[in-house]
Amino acid sequence: MAILSKDEAQTILKKVLGFTTADECEATLNGQIGGNVRSARNTISTAGAVDNVSLAVEARFGKRSGVATCNQFDDATLRRCVQRAEEIAKLAPESPEYVPLLGPQQYLAAPASFAQNTANITPDYRAQQTAASMKLCDTKKLSSAGFLEDSAGFIAKRNNKGLEAYQQVTNLSYSVTVRTPEGTGSGYATADYNDISKFDAARLTQIAADKATGSVAAKAMEPGKYTVILEPAALVANTDASLLGALMNAFDARNADEGRSFLSKKGGGNRKGEKMFDERVTIYSDPSNAEIPDLTFSGDGRPQKKMTWIEKGVVKNLYSSRFWAQKAGIPDIPRPGGWIMEGGTQTTADLIKGTAKGILVTRLWYIRPVDPQTLLFTGLTRDGTFYIENGKIKHPVKNFRFNESPVIMLNNLEAIGKPVRLAGNLVPPLKIRDFTFTSLSDAV
Amino acid sequence: MRRRDFMGLTGLAAGSLFLPSLPGFGGTPVDVGRMLEQIDVAVKKRLADAALNAAKSAGASYADARVGRYLNQYVFTREKQVQNIVNTESYGVGVRVLVNGAWGFAATNDVSEAAVAQAAREAVSIAKANARLQKEPVNLAPQRGYGEVSWKTPIEQNAFEVPVKQKVDLLLAVNAKAMENGANYVSSTIFQVNEQKYFASTDGSYIDQDVHRIWPTFNVTAIDRASGKFRTRDSLGTSMGLGYEYLTPRAQDKIAGPAGTGVVGYKLRYDMLEDAALAAKQAKAKLTAKSVVPGKYDLVLDPDHLGLTIHESVGHPLELDRVLGYEANYAGTSFATMDKLKSGNFKYGSPVVNIVADKLQPGTLGAVGYDDEGVKTGEWDLIKGGVLVNYEKIRDQAQVVGQDHSDGCCYADSWSNVQFQRMPNVSLRPNPSKLRVDDMIKDVDKGIYIVGAGSYSIDQQRYNFQFGGKLFFAIEKGKIAGQIEDVAYQSNTQEFWNSCAATCDASDYRFLGTFFDGKGQPPQISAVSHGSATTRFNGVNVINTARKIG
Repeated sequence: MAILSKDEAQTILKKVLGFTTADECEATLNGQIGGNVRSARNTISTAGAVDNVSLAVEARFGKRSGVATCNQFDDATLRRCVQRAEEIAKLAPESPEYVPLLGPQQYLAAPASFAQNTANITPDYRAQQTAASMKLCDTKKLSSAGFLEDSAGFIAKRNNKGLEAYQQVTNLSYSVTVRTPEGTGSGYATADYNDISKFDAARLTQIAADKATGSVAAKAMEPGKYTVILEPAALVANTDASLLGALMNAFDARNADEGRSFLSKKGGGNRKGEKMFDERVTIYSDPSNAEIPDLTFSGDGRPQKKMTWIEKGVVKNLYSSRFWAQKAGIPDIPRPGGWIMEGGTQTTADLIKGTAKGILVTRLWYIRPVDPQTLLFTGLTRDGTFYIENGKIKHPVKNFRFNESPVIMLNNLEAIGKPVRLAGNLVPPLKIRDFTFTSLSDAV
Repeated sequence: MRRRDFMGLTGLAAGSLFLPSLPGFGGTPVDVGRMLEQIDVAVKKRLADAALNAAKSAGASYADARVGRYLNQYVFTREKQVQNIVNTESYGVGVRVLVNGAWGFAATNDVSEAAVAQAAREAVSIAKANARLQKEPVNLAPQRGYGEVSWKTPIEQNAFEVPVKQKVDLLLAVNAKAMENGANYVSSTIFQVNEQKYFASTDGSYIDQDVHRIWPTFNVTAIDRASGKFRTRDSLGTSMGLGYEYLTPRAQDKIAGPAGTGVVGYKLRYDMLEDAALAAKQAKAKLTAKSVVPGKYDLVLDPDHLGLTIHESVGHPLELDRVLGYEANYAGTSFATMDKLKSGNFKYGSPVVNIVADKLQPGTLGAVGYDDEGVKTGEWDLIKGGVLVNYEKIRDQAQVVGQDHSDGCCYADSWSNVQFQRMPNVSLRPNPSKLRVDDMIKDVDKGIYIVGAGSYSIDQQRYNFQFGGKLFFAIEKGKIAGQIEDVAYQSNTQEFWNSCAATCDASDYRFLGTFFDGKGQPPQISAVSHGSATTRFNGVNVINTARKIG
């Protein structure tokens, strides 16, 4: 039941809209099947499965809105769900930020966000991939902890103003941490896919294992300002806050216009149009990108299109709610799914070769805001930090705490590598000068 | 729900949340009338028995069933308007089984006896599959059955029974109070949680619990348009295991901060209006406060701040699953390894550091009668006279340290998620001798008084941390010398706790709570409180966090 076809989904949604007496009504169907396997100490610790379809109905009377949901689809249940949304709406206060529901929209042709082989994943497949990772570590007398999660799903929307949307999506994400038996070395690797044909848990585990064994006997270096090579996992993450994610999360127009964002302008307004980053920095989003195919519509039904956020260092666009776009008279642009940072052709290995002295950072962790005014963040290196000298990795180094702003970081750009997919984004490794490490950590 | 979605939903600043991944509040929007309905305990028992019988028939050596109904209500406002009112309900059954020494878990939102029996059989087949890859069999600490028992959070007023309008009126009054006192923006929220949990196991327990929590909070922003500078100050109230009575101010629950600060702290009752007025004034003062000179300072940390430091630097590293490596791929492991415990002389802190774990303290988020694997809750020492003496454990971990019983730390945030080890309340015992905060400060030559939990970050083994705060006051020659800004302190857990010079007495003792302690994959949230009195730490490294961007 979980993955309904477009026709099946729209048939249910049409029926739902037929039951409403509200001024405006929008119905959204969302379904997902999938599962996960978690392991630690080279053994499976937990495994779970998900199979669910749910319907959300929003009913509106004037500026009053109510939402109800259900996960049964017989006529009586659908009718009750609509009635409940209407009852809640009648009791709700008027929203001063009311905007009418959207009418018919033109969306881009659906990209390859759904892959049948991912939808076909079985518990055996998950167990085999996990077993391959654990076996590799058993053989090398290393300890692995991993998490594999996959899903196949769809989203369908329809409202009584004529909006209609439907798309299917599959996803698999995998991460693995490998540690040496005495806990003196640790490595990490992660990847995510719409189509699992390229997924190989053992290959990723090998990367993490190499980082783990390579990081044993790390030497302490004085904290200070260093040239760093930040691998993509040090820039974006799907399990924690990240420096690039935090930067782009701050591209909200309302916060900037209200004066409480790094994009706020002295005296009022925002900094759209200003050059705030190195001229080699270009960040955009594109749901049709073949590497990170994404939804072509936002949660409120707005079309997602290719959109440039930073072009050659200049702030080009900010996203906003529909209410704020209307109130401020600015373009109505939804927040996208994934980010794409333009890069060059160099791999991380190439960047290392071109570095006289520097620090290679596998991953940054526990990143938290320190000052929203300057987007200063703190956090730590983790799971593989290495000193580079004359183009080669010289030795592992103990982990550092950093205090750095992605705004400053993207002005101290030395080189940009080739973008790779990570956490639904396309991000290159970056070589940054004067990255600020403020203390040492004993953590491995 | 990811953190950014949550933040977008609430409009709150980041300071109050303890981990980034929020696995959603689960649940389906419902109308408020549904929130007051209860499921008949006989219905829950029938469902649980159906699960246990099916599990045993399919070959389980042990099984437990959790029939859970999880209710949430959130009221969001900003300035003069209501942004959103959300009522959610999530109802279902989770079945955990032990077969051939391996765990299996399955859950269903179909609350019929047939469906839960089917979930139990599915859990058994998952356990059988896992057993083939299992290296060591699960070893459960013995647990006697309690028969049919019940427990309820001792609340005075069920927050779900309070009309939404009353909550909206309070929040809009809070916002007005902040705006009157100079705020440029304010958002405020009341979160309420009611977990109606029924636990049954093949040990012979049938435990019915009704757990209540509340978290009123706000965020005030002050802006200097000319310079473009902005500062925020979050609420000094916290999340508590209380009913709506938490929002009825009471003089005995107000604790005045040190002379010259104007700070007010709150114990078991919160004056949200008073705090909003103070927040607006303090946020404005932050715009012109002096920037800290970096260096070594003696820190005087109020409980609303110190609770977070305890959480991160003691609560997490003493979770036994982290120590053993089960969280290595996500939250991390721990520096507090087994050899340190076994040595019997690992000096975690100075001799005045006595840290206790509990699931009992009235008003706390951790307080329940029984945990989510049917273990009666209690209290135990973690650090005694500065020495590490114990960890936080559940049934399948107790034998690892030679203990014959669980500590009762098992929790799942939903019927649909498997229960696992979570942090109990972890608190610093107050000074048994009389010591008030003004007396503590008069001995400090060069220090900083820090109020409220702010920015926080700690490494994956819990050595190196950095904390900010909501408010900072310079202490010079034993006196408060004005508000300062741009303060964060960095230290190492063992060094920091060994620099602990003194803690105030029980009259200053209060809690910091969080609804959103995150752990596990897929991530689960947990609510926990940390009690302490104002405490002094000597010679801590303070950095200046001010930067310039182009």
